[in-house]
Amino acid sequence: MNGLPDLRVKLGKLELKNPVLVASGTFGYGEEYAELIDLNKLGGIMTKAVTLRPKEGNPPPRLVEVPCGLLNAIGLENPGLEVFIREKLSFLRKFDTKIIVNIAGEKEDDYLQIAKRLSKENGVDALEVNISCPNVKEGGLSFGTDPKVIYLLVKRLKEVCGLPLILKLTPNVTDIKEVAKAAEEGGADILSLVNTVLAMAVDVDTQRPKLGNIVGGLSGPAIRPIAVRMVWEVSGAVNIPIIGMGGIMKAEDALEFVIAGASAVAVGTANFVDPRTPLKVIEGIGRYLKDKGIDSFASLVGSLKVQR
Amino acid sequence: MRQVKSEVLFNRKVISGCFVMGLYCPEIARSAEPGQFVHLRVEDREEPLLRRPFSIYRVENEKIEILYKVVGRGTKILSRKRRGEKIDLLGPLGKGFKIDSTVKRLILVAGGVGVAPLYFLTSRWAIAKMREVIVFLGAESKERLLCEEEFKGLGTKVKVATENGSRGFKGLISDLFAKWLSSGQLLSESLICACGPLPMLRKIASLSKRSKAVCYVSLEQRMGCGIGACRGCIIRGKNGYLRVCKDGPVFNAQDIDWNWMP
Ligand SMILES: Cc1cc2nc3c(=O)[nH]c(=O)nc-3n(C[C@H](O)[C@H](O)[C@H](O)COP(=O)(O)OP(=O)(O)OC[C@H]3O[C@@H](n4cnc5c(N)ncnc54)[C@H](O)[C@@H]3O)c2cc1C
Ligand SMILES: Cc1cc2nc3c(=O)[nH]c(=O)nc-3n(C[C@H](O)[C@H](O)[C@H](O)COP(=O)(O)O)c2cc1C
Repeated sequence: MNGLPDLRVKLGKLELKNPVLVASGTFGYGEEYAELIDLNKLGGIMTKAVTLRPKEGNPPPRLVEVPCGLLNAIGLENPGLEVFIREKLSFLRKFDTKIIVNIAGEKEDDYLQIAKRLSKENGVDALEVNISCPNVKEGGLSFGTDPKVIYLLVKRLKEVCGLPLILKLTPNVTDIKEVAKAAEEGGADILSLVNTVLAMAVDVDTQRPKLGNIVGGLSGPAIRPIAVRMVWEVSGAVNIPIIGMGGIMKAEDALEFVIAGASAVAVGTANFVDPRTPLKVIEGIGRYLKDKGIDSFASLVGSLKVQR
Repeated sequence: MRQVKSEVLFNRKVISGCFVMGLYCPEIARSAEPGQFVHLRVEDREEPLLRRPFSIYRVENEKIEILYKVVGRGTKILSRKRRGEKIDLLGPLGKGFKIDSTVKRLILVAGGVGVAPLYFLTSRWAIAKMREVIVFLGAESKERLLCEEEFKGLGTKVKVATENGSRGFKGLISDLFAKWLSSGQLLSESLICACGPLPMLRKIASLSKRSKAVCYVSLEQRMGCGIGACRGCIIRGKNGYLRVCKDGPVFNAQDIDWNWMP
């Protein structure tokens, strides 16, 4: 095949044409970006979070730029499950790429209801369970920080939903390995990490918080080293595949995650900076494999050489 | 909407701290509408990270121009760009001024660099439709006044206010506008369009409402993607949140919940 390296990856039952996805909340439901790039080229699309009922989100300002990063407190604004299925999913289905629906809830039953409903729909390839969004006051954070809660949530989700289940981990914990293991024991098929890092910025002129929600989630290059470290730690603690993300701006950044142990990566904030980033990352990974004479992407995963 | 690498044609200072940059981008120039903006990346670096939004100020053949004020890191870097350098542009973005055929007169109120979209509007509208345009131009001082001659060159009536009184009316442009309104000069079939600092827009919106005139405002908010996907740049509308980048930046002032504006 004209000498191009094979970029296909298998994350358990979820097969991707290449290991580059776009991260939840940074790509909407694909509609806007479809005008700028060919969505068929992506390994997959992780949708903006969907909740059972429509969610209005947080008051403005919702974004603050910080050095090498972005602080956001969108508050999971979305049109709710039914509108998502009717309008957004029907659009996304048209593309030849994997559709991973990011789901969020305020209580366990919300997650179960959404998962049940989505498992009956055509065109959903996997669910990504957002238990880590730090913005939502009710529940959000506690779901993602308590291993027992995670174990039970995943277990119950597996009982009601046959789709591959990706658990998205928050970095706002003392030991991410504990949380990762709990998700694996509960039956998670894949882990994705990291979500945003809880953070805050103050306007010293007005002595007010810069975000309407006071605190928000930090993303972008500023969190990349934290994310790479966590992927490395988790990959040593579990046996399920990992989707790595956090500040990926170019192929080299993505490769850091892969070498540290991620089987796939997701581009987030970089979509705002350059909508072509995911395509450039796919190309760059291909070029890297070719230059290094590595014939399969899979053999690069977790290939970190550590001197002992 | 396109993403293009656009060449800087020129970048010149117009008054201290304000620049006009010409950019070669045929695809954007061809489809740009007054009130729309471009989202540009000042440098191919991780810092500053995000794109910066600027209203389209002029369009000529295959070129667009932006008029910008240096206020922080991004605009400072922009001000140092030279002819021949390339800048990554996304545009044209957002909804501009929708002006229906019943409108006979345009009343424009501009504060500072807020003239940019209004100048584009005038150059399209006044020339093409041969209709009446009155422009209220406000600045701190006569040295900081932008586009007075250019507006006159388009055959518009220009009314000037400076805060220090060095030219025209002494005071805020919104005060001059209020005075003009109270003298009963607002005729029917007029449309008011305003762009400038938020306190000014708030006043123009409420004065227009009192005069039962339709008023459009061009608003600003911190932006992420600029294309409507991230829902970062919202403001509160009468029926829920609105995205400045996609539902605006030009809004009917009536649709905005002004109590929620900072
Ligand atoms: C639709 C729209 C059109 C605009 N048109 C013009 C124009 O024609 N001329 C002009 O001079 N300015 C315009 N602005 C404002 C311009 O975008 C900001 O001045 C610029 O982003 C400041 O960048 P900075 O890095 O120099 O400032 P910094 O303060 O260092 O910027 C920090 C962050 O805040 C954001 N930011 C700061 N001020 C604003 C603002 N007023 N609005 C939105 N984001 C802001 C920046 O984009 C950046 O992400 C417009 C804004 C919007 C939303
Ligand atoms: C504006 C914005 C909105 C986000 N919304 C969601 C979301 O709805 N659900 C979710 O699981 N993660 C969400 N995230 C987190 C990202 O998917 C990603 O995990 C994080 O931003 C780190 O990657 P990055 O640094 O490449 O952006 C959001 C991030 C940003 C910047």
